[in-house]
Parts: sequence; structure tokens; C-alpha cells
Amino acid sequence: MMGRIWRFGDDVDTDQLAPGRYMRGGIEGLAAHCLEATRPEFAAGVRPGDVIVAGRNFGMGSSREQAAEVLRHLGLAGVVAETFAGIFYRNAINLGLAVLTAPDLSGVVDGASARLEADAGRLVLADRAVALDPIPENLLPLLADGGLVPHLKKRFAGAAP
Amino acid sequence: MPATLAEKIIARASGRGTVTPGEVVTAQVDLAMIHDSGGPRRVEPVLRELGVGLWDPDRVVLISDHFVPGDTEEGAAILDLTRAWAARTGVAFHDGEGICHVVLPERGHLAPGMFVVGGDSHSPTGGAFGAYMFGVGATEMAGVLATGEIWVRVPGTILIEWQGRLGPGVMAKDIMLALCGRLGMDGGQYQAVEYTGPAIAALSMQERMTLSNMAAELGGQTGLIAPDAVTTGFLTDVGGARGPWPDLCTDPDATVLKHHVFDAGALQPQVAAPHSPANAMDVGAAPTDRLDTAYIGACTGAKYEDLAAAARILRGRRLAKGVSLMVAPSSARDQARAAADGTLGVFESVGARILPNACGICAGYGADRLAAGTRCISSTARNFKGRMGDPTAEVWLGSPLTVAASAVAGRITDPREMLEGA
Ligand code: SF4
Repeated sequence: MMGRIWRFGDDVDTDQLAPGRYMRGGIEGLAAHCLEATRPEFAAGVRPGDVIVAGRNFGMGSSREQAAEVLRHLGLAGVVAETFAGIFYRNAINLGLAVLTAPDLSGVVDGASARLEADAGRLVLADRAVALDPIPENLLPLLADGGLVPHLKKRFAGAAP
Repeated sequence: MPATLAEKIIARASGRGTVTPGEVVTAQVDLAMIHDSGGPRRVEPVLRELGVGLWDPDRVVLISDHFVPGDTEEGAAILDLTRAWAARTGVAFHDGEGICHVVLPERGHLAPGMFVVGGDSHSPTGGAFGAYMFGVGATEMAGVLATGEIWVRVPGTILIEWQGRLGPGVMAKDIMLALCGRLGMDGGQYQAVEYTGPAIAALSMQERMTLSNMAAELGGQTGLIAPDAVTTGFLTDVGGARGPWPDLCTDPDATVLKHHVFDAGALQPQVAAPHSPANAMDVGAAPTDRLDTAYIGACTGAKYEDLAAAARILRGRRLAKGVSLMVAPSSARDQARAAADGTLGVFESVGARILPNACGICAGYGADRLAAGTRCISSTARNFKGRMGDPTAEVWLGSPLTVAASAVAGRITDPREMLEGA
């Protein structure tokens, strides 16, 4: 199944992703306003399997985990960017959101249909595939399990007699 | 192979010969520090969901600071929960002894070369002791407490070198405000910031802690300073680890991401305008029309030496009319030292209010808050809108010297004018 590309520029910050003033509305409330400052149509238009493609320093700003959680909640297949802000990257992996970097995303346009193959490190477009930097191997189980807490649950359940 | 200090510590903690920036490794945690706000009340539900206890209670330190003294109903309940958890788990617990980042080293918990995780954003403070210490959220901390390990992307090193020597009346805090202004709050790129150079080597341990503490404002994952005789001296005093640690340094030919060089001698006292530490400027450029509150507090700006610096200004002077001064010494130990040598008496003689050894107004969780429309100058690390009180309150950041001088002048002012002959 193909999703669509949502194209963003550099420095998408955590306040655009999870606006502070909607924090009280919980994850549902945040999801309704995710990225509205730059793309008012995003929250209503995004579908499961869609992919955000952005420039440098995606997720800059505060350490709030909701910035990554809200994208997972909306069903995004993941985010591909030139670089990520460090704390956002940590939070995304720990919450089970696929985040991948790629050196050159210039030909990837907004609205194109695409499928993110996170494990294979590939963004498949209608006519070609863009190679992405692979997710570090020791983080793959975390992502596959849906984040840190489910991952640990599995680990401890497995360890039990 | 030449390596950075960060790489050496992470390689050791992850059981590897060498590590390369960008690779992700799993590291064994030497110590985990939590406080009353992000600690038991947030991690316990996750541990319960996982059905496990602590991986090693001897490697966990719990410190109450954010809600001390418990002067709100919510705060008192959180402290009760924190104390009950401490009793049940048997972890080292420092209750009401001061702010976590100051208490942790002064109680001898830190040593150079350790890999430490803290449940607070100013955890880079531990970097001043040559420990790789960084902050994580409650979910990740619960994972650390359950397993004793954490994944980390090996950082590049941003070397920040200060040549020369700070002039009289200029402090570590001024260095950090200047860096926030020049490099921005993401200048640290979540990499390892490392401070170096003769001006840094000349600083005391507590001044160095201010640098590492505010690596958080620079956006670094940690803020390292290679251990030297000053480090050893401090640790010997507190009965902690003994050096030397000749290999705990960045090798001269190691590859670093960036190398900034600044001249300490040219640095003027700095202030940061509301509502960001990056709004730094020379103190002379600040508005002089009014001032309502002066605050000496926080892990950043109320350690013994910060108190002593402020007292140098206040001794024999009085506060300007209409200005109130509040002082929340960072730890009980530092307060006792200040009481013993008369420093605390100076604050009392000018009519300052002495607040508990806790986060106080910096966290903004207690009964004391800045009132609407007021202007405050503060020795804390952050002046984000609404953090210390009403969103219309203005918080300016400065060194403890600048805060004290401003409280005397009744306007934000250059402390050097009051230091002459002092
Ligand atoms: S004093 Fe302020 S900056 Fe330091 S730990 Fe407490 S709330 Fe955080």
C-alpha cells in the first residue's frame, strides 16, 4: 500500500508538532493541531502509511515526548529527514516511530505516492527508490516492538520462568 | 587511536575498544540519578507495568528538590510518595539537602570517567567532573532503572576553548550567556560539548559546574571538562574518588566536530533578556528603568561560591528601595559553609529572604512565584516565558555578581563598578 509524501523544510520544531497550548487536550487534542502552523490541512489530511520528508534539524526545540508520539498516533509510517534534533530522535525511537536520515532528498516532492520500508532503509516512490541511511541495527528490535516499553515488556516476559 | 573524552567514556561503558561518532551502542549505566518530580511518581508506574524492580538499588540516587519544602498540597503529596519509595527500595536518598545537580557530586557520588544518566535536563552538570552525564525523560529512566542500560548515539565533540583569563567581576555564568548568544540554543547539536583552555583550567570546581550545567541551554547532550588537580581536590574534600586520571582527556590529535576559540579577557559581564538565554548582551545594554526582584538560586547560580560572590557586593551596602532579594542556596552543605564564614549573615543584614535549599522559584512549583508585570534579575539558567511565575513577568539572567549589584542599584547594572576596592 502506498501512502503520500508530506514535504517540510528545515527546523520543524516540537511546538509545531505538539503545540504547547493544546497539551491539555491529550494526544487526541494535539493530533488535531499537529503541524497546523505550517500546514493547516495536515492533521485532517494525513492517512496511515503517509511519510513526512523534511530538511535539517527535524524535531528541534523541547524534549516533550508528545512531538514524536503524535506522529505515531496519526499513523505516519515514519519521518525521513536530512538530520534530526538529538532528543527528538531518541524519543521517536523509544516511542516506536521510524526516523531515518538521507543525504539527498531534493527530488522527493510533496504529494507524491510513496512507501517507507524502514527495515530495508528505502523510500519507494512510483518510479524509483531512494536509499536511506539504515537504522542502526541495535535499534531495530525496539522499533519492531513498537517502542521501549513494549520492547522491555517482551524482554522481561521472555525472561520469566 | 586518538579519541575524544566522550568516546573514551562511551567505549568503556559499552564494552568496546573504540567507538565512532554516529554509531549507536548500548552502554551500561554506572549511576542513575532521579528527583522527586521525574522520579518515583513517574517511573514506578512503568516499572509496575513491566513487572520488575530496580536493576541495582546501589546504583540509584534519589534527591528531593523540585517540590521541597512541600508548601502546596500537591507538592506535599509528591514528597510523601517519594519518601515512601525511597524507604521501600533502599536507594541512597538525599531529602531536603539541596538541588540534585549540586548534591550528587558534593555527596561523593560522581567520579571522572563514569557513565551517568539523570532524570533532569540539567544533568550535563556532572560533565564538570569528567563524567559522561546526560538527561533523559521518565520513560527512558524507567528503562534504565529496570535494565541498567541505555542506547546512545556516539556524539561528535564540540570543543569550546577559552583562552586568556576572565577579568575581575566576570564569572562562568557570563561565559555561558555569551555562548548561548553566539552559538544559539542548538549550538551544541546534542553532541558532547567539551570546555577547555587556560581560562577554564583556572576556574574552581563550582564555577566549572556552571559551565557544564548550562551545556543544556547550549543544546549539548553533555558538557565535559577533563579532570585535573582542581577536580581531584574537590573530590578529595568530599571523600569521593581519588585521581589522577591521566587518560581521561581528549587526545590532541583526536577528530572533533567543531573547535570554537574565544578570548576570556575580552568578555564583559552578560545578561540575557526575556525569554531566552540566547538573548545575551553586554550588561551595559540592558534597560535601566526599573527592577522589582533579584533572585539568587538554582543549581546554576546559588552554590557556595555564587553566594560568596554576591556577598562581596552586598557587604556594607543596602538594597535599593522597592527591590526584594531572595536567596535559595543550592544545598544545605553550601548554606552551612556560607553561614560559618559570615556570607549568609550578609544576606540577612540586607533583608534578603532566605528560601529552602531547593529548586524554589526556578522550578516554579512552589508557593513563591513572580508577580504579573514585574521585572526580575536572576542567577538561574532559564528565563522561558512563565517558568518562574506569571507569563507577563520579565526575567533577565545574569551572574550572581550582576544580580547582587542590580539589587543594590535598583536597576540592571555592571557589578564591576561596585567591586573596585572591594
Ligand atoms: S534549580 Fe532549576 S534548573 Fe536546577 S534542577 Fe531545579 S528546576 Fe532545574
